Amino acid sequence: MLKNLHTTSLRRRLSNWIALGSITLAALIVTVPLFLILGTVVVRGLGTFNWAFLTQIPKPIGEEGGGMGNAILGSVLLLGFASLIGVPLGIGAGIFLAEYGRNKFGNIVRFTADVLNGVPSVVIGMTAWALVVVPQGHFSLLSGSVALGIMMIPVISRTTEEVLLLVPQSIREAALGLGIPKWRTIISVVLRSASAGIVTSVMLAFARIAGESAPLMFTAFGNEFWSSNPNQPVAALPLQIYKYAIQPYEQAHAQAWTAALVLISMIVLTVVFVRFIVSRGVIRGAD
Amino acid sequence: MPEHGPSRGSELPEEVDMSAPVLGSSETLRIVPKARPVFRENVFADRAFRGVVLLCALAVLAMVGLIFFELVSQSRLSLSKFGFKFLVKQIWDPVAEDFGALPFIYGTVVSSLVGLVIAVPLSVGTALFLIEICPLRIRAILSLLVELLAAIPSVIYGLWGIFVLAPFIRVHVEPFLARYFGWTGLFEGPKYGWGMLAAGMIIAIMILPIIASITREVITAVPRVQREAALALGATKWEMLRIAVLRNARPGIFGAVILGLGRALGETMAVTMVIGNRPEIARSLFAPGYTLASAVANEFTEAVGNLYLSALMEMALVLFVITLIVNALAGLLVWSIARGKPSRALA
Repeated sequence: MLKNLHTTSLRRRLSNWIALGSITLAALIVTVPLFLILGTVVVRGLGTFNWAFLTQIPKPIGEEGGGMGNAILGSVLLLGFASLIGVPLGIGAGIFLAEYGRNKFGNIVRFTADVLNGVPSVVIGMTAWALVVVPQGHFSLLSGSVALGIMMIPVISRTTEEVLLLVPQSIREAALGLGIPKWRTIISVVLRSASAGIVTSVMLAFARIAGESAPLMFTAFGNEFWSSNPNQPVAALPLQIYKYAIQPYEQAHAQAWTAALVLISMIVLTVVFVRFIVSRGVIRGAD
Repeated sequence: MPEHGPSRGSELPEEVDMSAPVLGSSETLRIVPKARPVFRENVFADRAFRGVVLLCALAVLAMVGLIFFELVSQSRLSLSKFGFKFLVKQIWDPVAEDFGALPFIYGTVVSSLVGLVIAVPLSVGTALFLIEICPLRIRAILSLLVELLAAIPSVIYGLWGIFVLAPFIRVHVEPFLARYFGWTGLFEGPKYGWGMLAAGMIIAIMILPIIASITREVITAVPRVQREAALALGATKWEMLRIAVLRNARPGIFGAVILGLGRALGETMAVTMVIGNRPEIARSLFAPGYTLASAVANEFTEAVGNLYLSALMEMALVLFVITLIVNALAGLLVWSIARGKPSRALA
């Protein structure tokens, strides 16, 4: 009896299987480049990886050894200075969007933030060049941080907004009901219970800009030596990778792969860490 | 979400309404203004706080304005010298100081289109797989993998492109394409490995995650009832996906594709490293090309002469305007689907 109910024609069943098969295949194909890239970076990068790579400055081509300690320091400094611009502005805009932005003006800001997020990083780099490098007269750590800081703003503001909206309305009402003014409620109650989520949004922004090289080419510029002066050019890992990759020497290529390994491990660790936090729930008292 | 509590901070009666809801008659409210000067401080602090975060929000608007302003003012020299002809001229001669952006615009558009052609079916397929077919346990892992793909820096894609992908294309992909599809004229000429095709493939890998994640969001937004209705009418799973899911999600998927296009147009480092950097317009995808973004990144630090710098600035301006339009369009399309809900996908 049941068999007779199954009247789907062969043609339909066949096209069903073919379509579902191709969908599955597409998903499989997408993962291939990831494993290829990560695999290559690990295999080729581990070869010249050692302690000196993390602590020394580059040696001239032809000499063995040398490292990218200055580039690692430079990247960290760039991220640090960029956060001085990106984190307060981003979180502030996020608070505005979540707490005061449920209106037309909020939508305009939201839309602009998305547009800013889509502006190619190289264009932002040129803006920072015009804003900082031209008046200063030379490349600098500062100008690179301005470029990266601008890039952080939309990422942080949109994720902060999202996280703040996850904070239950009842918590806000409880605070307001106790006679706590709104600003105090936002700072001590809403932001506090969303703090893990906000940290997450900052980490996401770090992951996004840590690998940027295009906006740094004419702002931070690169440096062969140790430098932590905000007014001087500074080395950065992505820049160094690019510089070494386009040189015709095997030895430089090997260094580029190792730098790629260091950079990618930093970023992947950040992303996985963020995932871990998010999976544990970003809002206290939300469940 | 409606605003709660003393939102404006300016009307004192509301404050009392919150703290003493039991007494909610209008009589009690009238007593309040005399009550405590403490309230006035709170009103001030509330306004100040609101003002500070408003400034941050305005900064977002100001940034976009600032970018536009700086690009225009820095490219004034080139704008006044070449006018609109800048966009249609094929010459790029720094020595003679004669500049036209057409080969770069062509390279940008073509490499992005190649990227889209490869990326769209794969990413829509991945999104469908994740939502509709995949067992729950695999879903988390697979979406983490796609997320990681988005996290790999452009310059590492470029590194991999130069040393792994380009040789692979030269040895395996290009001979195959030339042999079977050479008659189209798209696949002929010397096989370098790098060139427009390699750039398109790298771009495809880089925009896969964003298209997939937004498509996924849009597909999730399709009501469950639609699917159940289709299945109840006897549709196979694929028919259900086609009739109930894809048809409903079409504008959103289109938005995702446009957003991917926006990303593709602005891709810089990876493209610079594999496209060959030659400002020529060739029909064959094997030929080297150049894009707006890669030209700017490549030549800006070496440019001598104000006109040269200014021409590069104008290219950045062209790129900015194009991506602005494309992103605005995509934003509107995606918003029309997931209205009101802030879209995480852009992050």
